[in-house]
Amino acid sequence: MIRDITIGQYYPADSVLHKLDPRVKLVGTMAYIVSLFLVNNVFGYLAAAVFLLLVIKISKVPFAFIVKGLKSVVILLLFAVVFNIFLTPGEVLIRWGFLKVTKEGLRTAAFMGIRLILLIMGSSIMTFTTTPNQLTDGLESLLGPLKKLHVPVHEIAMMMSIALRFIPILLEETDKIMKAQQARCADFESGGLVQKAKSLIPILVPLFVSAFRRANDLAMAMEARCYRGGEGRTKMKPLRYHKPEYKAYGVVVGYLALLIGINMAVSLL
Amino acid sequence: MSIRLEDVSYVYSSGTAYEMHALNSVTLEIKDGQFIGLIGHTGSGKSTLIQHLNGLVRASSGTIYYNDQNIYAEGFSMKELRSHVGLVFQYPEHQLFETTVKKDVEFGPRNLGLSEEEIAKRTEDALTMVGMPEELYEASPFELSGGQKRRAAIAGVLAMEPEVLILDEPTAGLDPKGRDEILDQVARIHKERGITVILVSHSMEDVAKYVDRLIVMNHGCPVYDGTPKEVFAHYKELEGIGLAAPQVTYLMHDIKARGLEVPTDVTTVAEAKDALLGWLKKRGLCENACGREQSLTEMEQEAGHDT
Amino acid sequence: MIGGQDKLRKRQLREETAPEETAPEKTAPGSTSSGSTSSGKRSSVRTVYRNEESEPMKMIDIKKLIYEYTRRDDEGNIESVNRAVDGVDLDIEKGDFVAILGHNGSGKSTIAKHINAILMPTEGAVWVDGIDTREEERVWDVRQAAGMVFQNPDNQIIATVVEEDVGFGPENMGVPTEEIWKRVEQSLRAVGMIEYRYHSPNKLSGGQKQRVAIAGLMAMKPQCIVLDEPTAMLDPNGRREVIKTVRELNQKEGITVLLITHYMDEVTSADKVIVMDEGKVVMQGTPREVFSRVDELKARRLDVPQATELAWELKKEGINLPDGILTVEDFGKAFEEYVNTNGGLK
Repeated sequence: MIRDITIGQYYPADSVLHKLDPRVKLVGTMAYIVSLFLVNNVFGYLAAAVFLLLVIKISKVPFAFIVKGLKSVVILLLFAVVFNIFLTPGEVLIRWGFLKVTKEGLRTAAFMGIRLILLIMGSSIMTFTTTPNQLTDGLESLLGPLKKLHVPVHEIAMMMSIALRFIPILLEETDKIMKAQQARCADFESGGLVQKAKSLIPILVPLFVSAFRRANDLAMAMEARCYRGGEGRTKMKPLRYHKPEYKAYGVVVGYLALLIGINMAVSLL
Repeated sequence: MSIRLEDVSYVYSSGTAYEMHALNSVTLEIKDGQFIGLIGHTGSGKSTLIQHLNGLVRASSGTIYYNDQNIYAEGFSMKELRSHVGLVFQYPEHQLFETTVKKDVEFGPRNLGLSEEEIAKRTEDALTMVGMPEELYEASPFELSGGQKRRAAIAGVLAMEPEVLILDEPTAGLDPKGRDEILDQVARIHKERGITVILVSHSMEDVAKYVDRLIVMNHGCPVYDGTPKEVFAHYKELEGIGLAAPQVTYLMHDIKARGLEVPTDVTTVAEAKDALLGWLKKRGLCENACGREQSLTEMEQEAGHDT
Repeated sequence: MIGGQDKLRKRQLREETAPEETAPEKTAPGSTSSGSTSSGKRSSVRTVYRNEESEPMKMIDIKKLIYEYTRRDDEGNIESVNRAVDGVDLDIEKGDFVAILGHNGSGKSTIAKHINAILMPTEGAVWVDGIDTREEERVWDVRQAAGMVFQNPDNQIIATVVEEDVGFGPENMGVPTEEIWKRVEQSLRAVGMIEYRYHSPNKLSGGQKQRVAIAGLMAMKPQCIVLDEPTAMLDPNGRREVIKTVRELNQKEGITVLLITHYMDEVTSADKVIVMDEGKVVMQGTPREVFSRVDELKARRLDVPQATELAWELKKEGINLPDGILTVEDFGKAFEEYVNTNGGLK
């Protein structure tokens, strides 16, 4: 099951989007998310969806792969939709016991569902096309001004990228430890809440021990490779704005303008 | 008593682009009291296979019988199966979690719901079996040396008094001394308690020395199954699937290639020594060693191989 | 900031044009006398000063090294002192392939950590390319000159893409971007991992991960790499891959190699084997010299190649085979010769 999670993964491919500066992708993704909350009509969503489809096409990430990422959040999605269908007050269409479905509810639920799907797909297209290291580089650069306020931006970025590297390793390790304890007849399912919490100890203790051991090893390996903080460090993949980046910013601005235009047009009509 | 696998297959991520057959219709019987070696390169399906034997992984298709009982039948207790088929994972010391060695070993028996006396008895017994010094029973498992940690972890499985003991590369990362100690102990437990042992290993020298049946896995199915001698006779084919025979086997083949017709079905240093001495003696080619008495095994070796 | 490589070039240049006088470097106080040098070539000047230009520099030079792990209780009182390394003298020439063989706890890994200035001597001193590892301001030069590969392949890869990980070292050294790219490509080619440059390390085999780690060091342009049980967690194919890579770097690029291991089959092709036990160097010499002392190795519960063991066993039975048999071929030849000199086949 753990293997099936594709959200936050990097999908290696050779596309314009992959080569784009991560800052553009970060800013672009944020702009896209904001735009989803600005939209309040069908045409707006249509424009947002078309825009996303175009971006996916450019990214060369298979559409099926992105849809697969949605699977792991399907529960959340259903929850949001069902919640909206039944709990939005308004013109009642169907009544069934104490449950009622309203016209407004259907509308909100549909919009909410579309919005969430677009949001998840939109942000996953960023992680699919950007390596975690580039992502943290981008964040480090965007948050750079905070350094003046003595925020350890480089250290935070480094921690994030190391976390991203080790999450899959620790997930696999958890799986292994669970199996090993099950081989000793450990039971994780039965019993009350206290019993269940207790049964986690044989998993959590070895996991923490392992995480600390890894951290220790890693710190040593980093020092051995001359790591001494952000001072005096150069970059293999420095962030520089070139023509494609300016063009991309242009596209984002254009997209936002289009959406605002649609919004205004619809509200005028 | 036996474990029987009938047409067992296991497929990862079925129906996706990542679909992979980890096991490919495996049919296999593991009889009571055998000492079995399981070899194969990384990804050949060894680890998946052993996790089927105690029900940790469920076969995609096929059936597994433990003592003629279908383990997938309704009402069959997996917990009971796991207490009978003990599995020691790779680097088992990474599962230690209790405050003392003793408490950690007690974890298994306690999960079985045994009485306190029985738990204490089994714990003591298991720790003795692996040769843990008594003064370390109350020590924290995290303060032990690498070899001791591993022994404590193996004791944790032995304390359930399994009838089958599966060890997934129990010597990985240990030095030669630690390796010999662990394997000698396993061999002794096998002999004294008569339990079935399945040893997953990457070392051809080790399996040749200890096991009496060797199963070779490749692409999710057993490709050779026999005594080490029988299996290592296929050393050329083994190389083709990323494995090899022990160095002495090659050594005997090298001598034979030089026109000296020595027996080549040799897998350990002791066997090679007997075979070469016997061969030399028969031709009166040893200097002062000629007058020495031949042991019975040497005579047999000679009679068996020299034609 | 000057790239480490430039510094390195400068140092090499100085070496080649020896007459140019530069100030000799002072070693930290407490350095030892040169009374017991194994080569005997060294001048006594080195007891206090070390003149980098006066002689061909050793890659690694360890003098009377003692290291003690001190355990303290919660109040900081000393609970126990464990001497991991006990008076070790060792030197490694540039371009050599040296292997240290020994059990866990024999002190071999402790020595490796000294060469990388991760640990500091309790007594004695360690010089790497002429730099005393206790000189705090030059610790980065030490680490650049002698890179280190560790045991666990997962715990030394930092980045989520192979090429970014290889670039990590040069980035830390402040190497300019274009130069980093060149080095990353060269290093990945040198270890045969170029086709994996865009891959995630998580998808690689253990042997491949270790090769990426080695490439990560090569990109720092070291003169020497120290490998601390690099194959202990690998399968036989992974082990072969790594050892082959290391040998190639030694032969083709002239990198000095210090391989620490407990697998005897990995040391048979080394220039020199050092056997450690209980913190001391107990044997050293060429593999043939070391492995002809089977009794001693067996007494220390170390492995010998099966060919060597068989020859030793037969010799005990009065079959007169020569010393120093290491390989299948050695044995075959020796056995054939034995048969021929004893009258041959009738």
